[in-house]
Amino acid sequence: MSDITYGQVATFNTHPEAAIPSESPLSVAFNQISVSTPAPAVNHASGVRLEEKAFLGHLILRGGAIVLDEAVRKVLGISLPGQPLGLALDESGERSVQWLSPDEWLLIVPGGEEFEVEQRLRDALGDAHYAIVDASGGQTLVSLEGEKARELLMKSTNYDVHPSNFPVGKAVSVVFAKSSLILRRPAEDRYELVLRRSFADYLYRWILDAGAEYGIGVQR
Amino acid sequence: MFYIHCPYCDEYRDEEEFAPKGQAHIARPEDPETCSDEEWGAYLFFRDNPRGIHHELWVHAIGCRKFFNITRNSASYAILETYRMGEQPRFSAEHPEGEPAEHGAAVNVVDEAGRVAGQEGVKA
Amino acid sequence: MSQSNQPNRLRQGGRIERARTLDFTFNGKRYQGHAGDTLASALLANGVDVVNRSFKYSRPRGIVAAGAEEPNALVQLGSTEAAQVPNVRATQQALFEGLTAQSTNGWPNVQRDVMSLVGKLGGRFMPPGFYYKTFMAPASMWMTYEKVIRKGAGLGRSPMENDPDSYDHLNQHCDLLVVGAGPAGLAAALTAARAGARVILCDEQEEMGGSLLASRELLDDQPAAQWAERVIDELAENDKVTLLPRTTANGYHDHHFVTLHERRTEHLGETAPRVDGYRSSRSRMHRVRAGQVLLATGAHERPLVYGNNDVPGNLVAGAVSTYIRRYGVVPGNKLVLSVSNDHAYRAALDWDEAGREVVAIVDARRQPDGELVEQARARGIRIIEGSAVLEAKGDKRVDGARVAAIDTAAFRVTGQAEVLECDTIASSGGYSPVIHLASHTGARPTWDDTLLGFVPSLVKGVHAAGSARGVHDLAEGLADGASKASEALAALGKSASAIEPPRADVIREGQACALYQVPHEKPTLRAPKQFVDMQNDVTAAAVELATREGFESIEHVKRYTALGFGTDQGKLGNINGMAIAARCLGRSIPEVGTTVFRPNYTPVTFGAIVGRHCRDLFDPERYTALHQWHVEQGAEFEDVGQWKRPWYFPRKVNGKLETMAEAVARESLAVRTGVGILDASTLGKIDIQGPDAREFLGRVYTNKWAKLAPGRVRYGLMCKDDGMLMDDGTTSCLGENHFLMTTTTGGAAGVMEWLELWHQTEWPELQVYFTSVTDHWATMTVTGPEARKLLSEITDIDLDKEQFKFMDWRNGKVADVPARVFRISFTGELAYEINVQANYALHVWKTLFEHGKKYDLTPYGTETMHVLRAEKGLIIAGQDTDGSVTPEDLGMFWAVGYDKPFQWIGKRALTRPDTARKDRKQFVGLRPVDPTVVLEEGAHIVVDKDQPIPMDMLGHVTSSYYSPNLKSGFALAVIKGGRDRMGETLHVPMPDGQAHEVEVVSPVFIDPKGERQHV
Repeated sequence: MSDITYGQVATFNTHPEAAIPSESPLSVAFNQISVSTPAPAVNHASGVRLEEKAFLGHLILRGGAIVLDEAVRKVLGISLPGQPLGLALDESGERSVQWLSPDEWLLIVPGGEEFEVEQRLRDALGDAHYAIVDASGGQTLVSLEGEKARELLMKSTNYDVHPSNFPVGKAVSVVFAKSSLILRRPAEDRYELVLRRSFADYLYRWILDAGAEYGIGVQR
Repeated sequence: MFYIHCPYCDEYRDEEEFAPKGQAHIARPEDPETCSDEEWGAYLFFRDNPRGIHHELWVHAIGCRKFFNITRNSASYAILETYRMGEQPRFSAEHPEGEPAEHGAAVNVVDEAGRVAGQEGVKA
Repeated sequence: MSQSNQPNRLRQGGRIERARTLDFTFNGKRYQGHAGDTLASALLANGVDVVNRSFKYSRPRGIVAAGAEEPNALVQLGSTEAAQVPNVRATQQALFEGLTAQSTNGWPNVQRDVMSLVGKLGGRFMPPGFYYKTFMAPASMWMTYEKVIRKGAGLGRSPMENDPDSYDHLNQHCDLLVVGAGPAGLAAALTAARAGARVILCDEQEEMGGSLLASRELLDDQPAAQWAERVIDELAENDKVTLLPRTTANGYHDHHFVTLHERRTEHLGETAPRVDGYRSSRSRMHRVRAGQVLLATGAHERPLVYGNNDVPGNLVAGAVSTYIRRYGVVPGNKLVLSVSNDHAYRAALDWDEAGREVVAIVDARRQPDGELVEQARARGIRIIEGSAVLEAKGDKRVDGARVAAIDTAAFRVTGQAEVLECDTIASSGGYSPVIHLASHTGARPTWDDTLLGFVPSLVKGVHAAGSARGVHDLAEGLADGASKASEALAALGKSASAIEPPRADVIREGQACALYQVPHEKPTLRAPKQFVDMQNDVTAAAVELATREGFESIEHVKRYTALGFGTDQGKLGNINGMAIAARCLGRSIPEVGTTVFRPNYTPVTFGAIVGRHCRDLFDPERYTALHQWHVEQGAEFEDVGQWKRPWYFPRKVNGKLETMAEAVARESLAVRTGVGILDASTLGKIDIQGPDAREFLGRVYTNKWAKLAPGRVRYGLMCKDDGMLMDDGTTSCLGENHFLMTTTTGGAAGVMEWLELWHQTEWPELQVYFTSVTDHWATMTVTGPEARKLLSEITDIDLDKEQFKFMDWRNGKVADVPARVFRISFTGELAYEINVQANYALHVWKTLFEHGKKYDLTPYGTETMHVLRAEKGLIIAGQDTDGSVTPEDLGMFWAVGYDKPFQWIGKRALTRPDTARKDRKQFVGLRPVDPTVVLEEGAHIVVDKDQPIPMDMLGHVTSSYYSPNLKSGFALAVIKGGRDRMGETLHVPMPDGQAHEVEVVSPVFIDPKGERQHV
């Protein structure tokens, strides 16, 4: 059974046991439904390189920082960023937790791990008041690299992405084009964007358009 | 376009991330049933519209999604302070230059360039 | 190289590249110029006098200035239709190979103009307000008049083909934005840059340096331009400094948000060149959020207002110097210079050094005695003191200047006029600080009697330096820029010591005198036209007439005369106009009022404003996880907010695509008789967890939630505290402390914020969290009598009607994918809403179709959904309600928990006298007596169709469709006291005078007992 009730809350493992084809939010563009040409390939001249990290596990954590911090450290070995706009990664860089608001964090783990992580967190949290919500189907992560990546961001968001204001380890929810997304700086040479599924195609098309003059390439 | 200090994100953000939600400090009557029609109508429909200092409820809609208050001069558009739910303003029509800090808990973003002391409670 | 074809080009000097000759075309004629020229300097080099016809009087006009303040030389660019750009100032357009330009005004051409008839005769016939007075009556004829007037007067035209270029925005942030890269701006930027600040320096010209590029002065014993070059090199090296040449700061908005318009490729060609195969944006809007702003915008020289001062060959004095020193162009042979100050003497010295004749300097002051005056005397230049040019002579080019002694205070001519033979008259009435940007902030400028100009008032965080605040002396301006930058950074808590400015000679200048309009022997109204605003053809006489007609405030004078209107924004004329109004009214200039400048400072192309937000990126399009399938099936889409939802799925029948009516008839019959499927993923979904979740639901919904058990679903109404319905939807109990709320598609974001609002502001003590899961789940509604049979083929969930009842939900697998299935119905038929993680949705959907073939599973869109729900009398919040409808108005008493312990949102309002009225509009069904009639949504309903207008309106139609099931049109409506009118016949009058007869019926048209959804 895919449903386990933790006390008074129903959890749900969304993943099938069988091998079932799945579509990321960018499949509409990759399959040339919303665009007429194939995604531009990455080459040596690409000033920006885009890569979708599809099908990751995305969990929203709600609750008090102290109790969540303890549980997240225990389960993932990452300290919960207590300061606003903080982003922390584990050593492998595959798992991260990000401040979203004073009582809300975004946890991203390798795809398929999220249900187990949720259960372990719930075990660790006991009867504290908190919430964990699986959002994996609702968003996707895209990385942007390259010497023109920052300029592309400047075309798209009014958030100040200068390194003095947006250093490694920072993550913000921002207006992007006429929509919004989460913008993260996990490493010196990389930005990450967390796109909402329904807006992802529009945002992707925007990024390709804004990146055309930099020879943007898409890693597939 | 305003530049607004979000007291929860602890930094200035552009107005397009925010949405105004009307006059601040409008509390819902504790017991609506005992309100007269006039009192209830006043709560529902009547708002101040001063030229000058005004307290407004805003939400950081694209951002942390938290509600907070702004003390703003509706004539000059200057924002005098932003403060969290449950806090009281330092600036008001009676105290346009601001009350001493002990009277109001709000952070004066003008004086302190928006630096608030560290993140404390996480209660919504 | 031969320069014989550029008669006014000097043999040497200027900053042009003489080795690079560029061909260009103006009004169909080919010319040559050089790289580094503006279109204006190249036209002057070629001796082109007439560049335009004036807007109203169609008088020939020449180039007057050398920068943004140019009022006449407006051109239309473009050799092809797609490349057309209107309203470009020739003084700001860099010359490029193949540039093609035309005069903006002048039909059929600038030399022979049909409108000149108006110009010749029009003096008396076109007073201010002429258009209002003449053409506005009868109003219906304005459209006809306008076409003729516009064609003759012209304001340029937009291209009729798609623009091949792209445009974009760039968001910038900095500690200090410096506007203007003249001496003060450069000193300021250097000060800030050396202190390590993030600096943006923008300048509207092709080359940074401002007045230094044409300056006679030396800095550190070298030409001033060399110092500028060194500073710009140093700034360019600094990675915290952004240099933006060709970039105009056009608008100063709230909280130091400044919009800069960068012309990135306008100097290179008609369309942006391709670099590495990619076409860069043609121009770019920089949206700058600055910590502090320093305005080093310089000053505009005011021309004097004298008779026929618009004849080609009349220039402002500073422009003469700029053309000579920067472009190596001397715009004439014999100069008469008419001035009120020392500074402008430079024009005569430059002219003299260019080897052409200075006929005379006419100085309005009785005894000018500054250093520059002495220099001019020493060269033997004739100086006529206490005098001014009263009137220019000539038609298409100046051929003389009438000069006489004047009394400026008494505003009269005191001497005998003398005519000096000349081809150029340069004038200077002083210098107006460029205060436009400061004025955008709402700060009113103040008049300075010593400077004879308005100086900017500054809001917090804004600084002005150099000429922009009346510090015109070079040495002082440099020091001012540095110290103001230092002050600006100090305001940010950063220390910056002002740079040591380069050494400049201090030139002693005598006091200027106040002179705006030059008196004439004839009164202003009868004197030759004395132009104040050449772009809008406003004369001194017009201003005087306006004051006589009772317009006393300068703002009214401006509107009546059009002074400073439009793209001109009063750069040359505003102060002169105010001075004239003040003279006529017998007041001082500040008494007449200050003037307000609005964004934009110079015209901005629409492309730069729009940026990339155009074509298929105009607005976000939201797709569901099944979007690809819908597209492949040829769905027609409907915009629901930003969502693209399938509207209907037309099939090909006998080689012809169905109409919407045909498709909807087929789709809705399929649901009522077989099985259909809807992509309902756009519904808002909110996960609610916490011990107080149930309590919270009880407060925000009108109905009861205390007893809803896990596994059950309930429909709820949500009101605002005024008792009016705001949204509706179902909420399922997932666990004792866990609920899943659904909202309408359009209401999703609003409801989420609504819940947070109440939680954060009123009830923070309730332990509950809300999280949007709209995008996480894909929702597929399988509905119709055959729905159970179909679903049972691919699910492990027990669908037995006793085990899985209406308003239950169950977990299980559908097509091997974990799913939550909700047995709720928006069609009135048996229905299952299947929710799976969105990434797997397409597989589940396709599997349903594989198995659905034998049931003729029919996809349906929003139109059929609307028909089906309306047949059941199910409302759509926002369509059947409009913020003025209570649950009671809807007859939904069953969904109102009158006895709930907490005073839930909206309850108190239901007993307010107005909400409790018996004659409120109530929700009913309407059945047209003629079944072929489909009423118009929004149509009004009356009792007596023959009542004269205005009729008494009972209410209106909220939803109306044709029902293939009823074989009739039908509608939902809100009608005063509607529930007591069942069976009444009412009328729906239409604009064509017809009225449809309708019967008031129950809003439930099909299966009134609701049995079918329970099967």
